[in-house]
Amino acid sequence: MLTLTCPHCGVQADETELLPGGEAHLKRHGPGSSEEEFEGYLFHRQNPKGPHLERWRHAFGCGKWFLAARDTVTMQVFGTYPASLATPTDEIRRRAGVERPGWGFEPGVPGEPEAVE
Amino acid sequence: MRRYSVFALAREGLRHHSGWDRAWTSPAPKSRYDVVVVGAGGHGLATAYYLGKNFGIRNVAVIEKGWLGGGNTGRNTTIIRSNYLQDPSAAIYEKSRSLYETLSQELNYNVMFSPRGVMMLAQTQHEVRGYKRTAEANALQGVETEFISPARVKELCPIIHIEGPRYPVLGALWQARGGTARHDAVAWGYARACADMGMDIIEQCEVKGVLTANGKVSGVETSKGAIGCDKLAIVVAGHSSVLAEMGGFRMPIESMPLQALVSEPIKPCMDVVVMANTVHGYMSQSDKGEMVIGGGTDGYNAYTQRGSFHHIEETVRALIETFPIISRLKMLRQWGGIVDMTGDRSPIISRTPLDNCFINCGWGTGGFKAIPGSGWAMAELVAKGEPGPLAASFGLERFREGRFIDESVAAGVAH
Repeated sequence: MLTLTCPHCGVQADETELLPGGEAHLKRHGPGSSEEEFEGYLFHRQNPKGPHLERWRHAFGCGKWFLAARDTVTMQVFGTYPASLATPTDEIRRRAGVERPGWGFEPGVPGEPEAVE
Repeated sequence: MRRYSVFALAREGLRHHSGWDRAWTSPAPKSRYDVVVVGAGGHGLATAYYLGKNFGIRNVAVIEKGWLGGGNTGRNTTIIRSNYLQDPSAAIYEKSRSLYETLSQELNYNVMFSPRGVMMLAQTQHEVRGYKRTAEANALQGVETEFISPARVKELCPIIHIEGPRYPVLGALWQARGGTARHDAVAWGYARACADMGMDIIEQCEVKGVLTANGKVSGVETSKGAIGCDKLAIVVAGHSSVLAEMGGFRMPIESMPLQALVSEPIKPCMDVVVMANTVHGYMSQSDKGEMVIGGGTDGYNAYTQRGSFHHIEETVRALIETFPIISRLKMLRQWGGIVDMTGDRSPIISRTPLDNCFINCGWGTGGFKAIPGSGWAMAELVAKGEPGPLAASFGLERFREGRFIDESVAAGVAH
């Protein structure tokens, strides 16, 4: 059973309390963007076998969105952080790097990462 | 290859079964092949088989990280049906279903195809309308299905509780020619036929990298050394994104665990496949008597082949509501497979940004039924470099162009 600590209300939430929201830090594209940009934003995903930065909503708790760094193979959680941050915290990056040497946070596309309300 | 027959069985019976050949060998890789297929699951082996059979390309290697058929091919609930709403889906799944009908004879290997009938219960008014629409669409597509009444549902499957408190059965979409098959035997049968054509099936051989030069694939780096190839076919289901990354491109795929479980064996009590998509569970009875149960995927990416416990709970809850008779049944085992989900819940049989590299994936939660048709279409794509009529709609470009084959809306659930 996956347990994530909500960075907003501090509750250790069981996965049944949470709603998964897919890959984090996607660059949102709007009117005027090319077809390739829309395709990337809407469909292309890193889908890594290893550390994954992802969105979650504390749906049956405080209701707020947050981000988590989790290993998709071992299910180890490296930490959670507010959705307003554009990158994972240094502590999370350090922990993920210890477990998975060579891993580094690479935003998929240049530009302002999406901040979720 | 020595053919399996009643005479072979009698002959071997008289000499202590000492003369059977290995169904396939797992040789050391050669330095170069015309085609390298990555992934010796059903789809990969079927691709290799039809490359040899339909196009005469036999200098082929099928390489596999683990053991043959040990991924989703050996982990699914073996349901075969073709009652899809959209034309491209119905075409490829119906091709597949019709190939299953004669697969045992064709491969000279008993895949135990059992066209026992597949029933998709309609438990809301929305589903009634949806399935009636699907039945009409199927009539136009040449797929034999019908919408049946609750009384007929009860007649076909007496253990269904049709007057459930939350979701009474209001009818069902019935495909009499759907059914099940022995999943391992499908992989084994294709593997044996491929080996018979002189193809190499190389197990315990993990791809570590895709070797490219000038926008073309020149080979793959594996745990058993580099293997050169003229064409590369990636048929790895849940690990498609991992292979694509090695090739330097990105896929519209997310990998998630999907679980299944089987009960202790009991006496025969249902001879059809039942899918209850509103409450979300499906069940059939294996020849051994086990109730084979499947449900929905986990909601988030993972490669664990395990899945979350609460999904089993939801599936079992749904099925107990539909089949109260199973409420005291003990479950024997549970397992998970990693399914490759696309945005429109339809598969990808496509060229890739690399010139001579092709990919077949995205079958999500319903790939087993598609194995023969998928292999047929993929072989054509690999052999000709252009998709044939079956694969034409399933290209990667559909995500950029917005030409989705939207089965997620049509089915309402994973399928």
